[in-house]
Amino acid sequence: MSLFSNTAVLLSKELRTEFRSRELLTTTVVFILVVLILFSFAISPTTEESREFGPGLLWLAILFAASLMLQPCFLREQTNDTLSSLRLAVSDPFSIFLAKLIANTLFLLLTELIMLPFFAIFYNVPVLPEFHWLLLVLLLGSLGISIAGTALSAISAQARMRELLLPLLLLPLLTPVLVVSATVTVGLFEREPIVKGKGIAFLAVFDVVFLTALWLFGEYLLEE
Amino acid sequence: MAPIKLSPTGLRFEGIDKRYGGLFALRRVTFEISAGECAVLAGRNGSGKTTLLRIAGQIVRPTAGKLSFPGSSADSAGDSRPGYVGHSTMVYDELTAEENLLLFARLQKVESPTARAEDLLREVGLYERRASLVRTFSRGMRQRIAIARALIHRPSVLLLDEPATGLDPLGITWLANSLRELNRAGCTIVMSLHGESEISSLATRAVRLDAGSVIADTKTGASLHDILTFGAA
Amino acid sequence: MTKRIILGAVAILLVIVAAYASFFIAPQERTMGLIQRIFYFHAATAWAGEMTFFVCFLANLLYVWKRQPKYDWLGVSSAEVGLACITVVLITGPIWAHPVWGIWWTWDARLTTALILFLIYVSYLMLRRFGEGDQTPTIAAAFAIFGFIDVPIVYMSIRWWRTQHPQPVIGGGPNSGLDPHMRPALYTNLLAFMCLAALVVWFRYSVAMAERRAEDEAAQRALAENPLSGKLESQGVR
Repeated sequence: MSLFSNTAVLLSKELRTEFRSRELLTTTVVFILVVLILFSFAISPTTEESREFGPGLLWLAILFAASLMLQPCFLREQTNDTLSSLRLAVSDPFSIFLAKLIANTLFLLLTELIMLPFFAIFYNVPVLPEFHWLLLVLLLGSLGISIAGTALSAISAQARMRELLLPLLLLPLLTPVLVVSATVTVGLFEREPIVKGKGIAFLAVFDVVFLTALWLFGEYLLEE
Repeated sequence: MAPIKLSPTGLRFEGIDKRYGGLFALRRVTFEISAGECAVLAGRNGSGKTTLLRIAGQIVRPTAGKLSFPGSSADSAGDSRPGYVGHSTMVYDELTAEENLLLFARLQKVESPTARAEDLLREVGLYERRASLVRTFSRGMRQRIAIARALIHRPSVLLLDEPATGLDPLGITWLANSLRELNRAGCTIVMSLHGESEISSLATRAVRLDAGSVIADTKTGASLHDILTFGAA
Repeated sequence: MTKRIILGAVAILLVIVAAYASFFIAPQERTMGLIQRIFYFHAATAWAGEMTFFVCFLANLLYVWKRQPKYDWLGVSSAEVGLACITVVLITGPIWAHPVWGIWWTWDARLTTALILFLIYVSYLMLRRFGEGDQTPTIAAAFAIFGFIDVPIVYMSIRWWRTQHPQPVIGGGPNSGLDPHMRPALYTNLLAFMCLAALVVWFRYSVAMAERRAEDEAAQRALAENPLSGKLESQGVR
C-alpha cells in the first residue's frame, strides 16, 4: 500500500537526517539531564519521596524536552520549501505525519533510555523490576506526546511567536499523558510493584484517538 | 536528453481568483496554454506570477475557478502532475544530491528509481557531485538539482518561477539549452521571467499579468517583445 | 434587529429574575451561609461555558468541512464567550471554596478540566490572532478540534488519577442532593445565563460578519475602480 511505502521512505529520510547531525538528540538528552538534576536540587527528595515524586518529575522533564525537540519538526521543512515538494510527491499527506511521528517517538524513546540509568542513580529509584512494563509505558507515553506534538508542530510552524506557541498549545493537551504515565510509573517503582492496567489501557486509547484525529484532519494542517 | 515518455498536455486556467484576506492576488485569470508550447509569464513583482504558477503546480488552492490539464491521459495519473521549480530548491540541504533524487523518485513511484536518479544527475551535470550534500552547492548547482527534482517523474508540463535568477551566463546558457531540448521532446513549459534574455527567446507564447489580471497575450496579437518589456522604456 | 432587542430584553429580564431568586427565593443554606448563593451563578455559568464549548466544536467541524467563513466566525465568537464563562467559573469557584472549606483550589476532575479548557480557549484565540497567512482559520479550527477532543479525556484521566491518590473529600458535586427549594433559583439562573451567552455570541458573530461584508465590498470596489493598480508589493504578495 502506497501509504506505508511512502511512510517508510520518509521515515528513513527523517532518521538519516537526524543521525547525520545528531543535534536534536544530544541537546534533548542534555536538557532532560539538567532538568532532572535541577529538580532534585530544588526538592532534595528522600528515597521514599523519590519513589513517589520521581516519576512525576521524570515525565515532566520528558514533556519539557519534547516540546523543545518538536519545534524544528515542521520548521525545517520551511527553509527550502521542502514541505511543498513533499506534498506534491506523496499521494496521501498522512504519510508525512506518520513518518515524522514515528521518528519523533523513536528519538524520544532513545533519549529516555539513555537517561534512565542517570535517573535511577540520582533518585535512588529501582527501575529494573518490571522493566518490560516500564518500557511499555515509556513507549505509549512517548507515542502520545509525539502524535500530539507532531500535529501541533505543523500548526505552530505557520504562526508568529511559534517558540512560545508550541509549548502553550502542547502542554495542556498532554495533561492526560503526564498524569496517567506518572501514576502508572509510580506503581511500577513501589516496593511491591503493581501494574496499573487501567492506566496503560488509557494511554493506548489516548494514542488511538489522537492518531485517528490526525488521520482525519491532518491534511488541513498542511495546506497553503 | 532522453526522450520523455509523455502525452502532450496543455494547461488551462478558467476564472482563477485568489484572495488573501481583503486583497485579490489573482482576478478572473482565464487563458490556455496548448500542449507543447513554451510560454512565458511576464509582469512586475507583485503582479501574481508566482501565485498563478503555484496554483498551476497545485501547491496552492485557488479561491475560485478551475485548473485543468487538457490532453493528459487518465492512466498516467503520476505524469499529469506538473513539475515545479520554485524560488527555493525544494530539496534537503542535509542530504546528498543522489539521496534527494532517490527520495523523490521513490515517493512518486518512478520505475527503477536508482537508474532514473543517476540518469538525471548525468543530464544536469551533477553526477560527479552526487555524493555531496546539497548544502555545499553553488547557486547554479542548486538550480540544477531543483530542475532534476522537478523532472524526476517525467512530467508533461514543467513550471518554472524565475529560473534564471542568480545564474551566471554559463548557467543561463545551460538552462536555455535544457529547456529547448525538453520542449522539443514534447514537454509543455511555462515560466515566469523578467525582461528579455537567452531564455525568453525560446518562447512561443507570452502572457503578461498586472495586479493579478491578464493584460496582454501573444495569442491576441501583442508581440513577445512588448509583453516582456512593457513599461520599461 | 428587533429579534435581538427582544432576546436582549428577555435575557436581561431573566437575569433579574434569577438574581432575585438566588437572593430571596432560595433558602439560606444551613452550613455555608450567604456565600453559598454564589453557587447558582457559578453552576449556571459553567453550563453556559459547556454549551458554548459544544457550539465552538461543532462550528469548527463545519468550517473544516464546508470552508464557509461564517462557521469560522461562529467558532471564534463562541470561543470568546466561552472564555469569559470559564474565567467566571474559575474565579467564583475559589471565592466560594475558601470561606467554606478553607482551601482556594483543589485538583479535582471538574476544576482541572475547567482550567485546561480555559487554556485551550486561550490558545485557540491566540492562534487565530498570531497566525500568518491565508490558512490561519483552517489551522486554528483543526487545533480547536484536537483541543476539544482532549477535554473529555482530561476529565476522565483526572478522575482515574484521583482514585489512585486519596484526596480530602470536597463534598459531593454541586448537583447532588439539592434541596428542592433551591431548584427554582438554580433553574432560573441556568436559563438566564444560557440566554445571555447565546445573545452575546449572536452579537459578536453579527459584528464579525458585518466586518467581513465591509471588507468584501471594499475589495470589490477596488477592483471596479482601479483595475490596474497594484498595492500587492507592499503586502509582500509575489
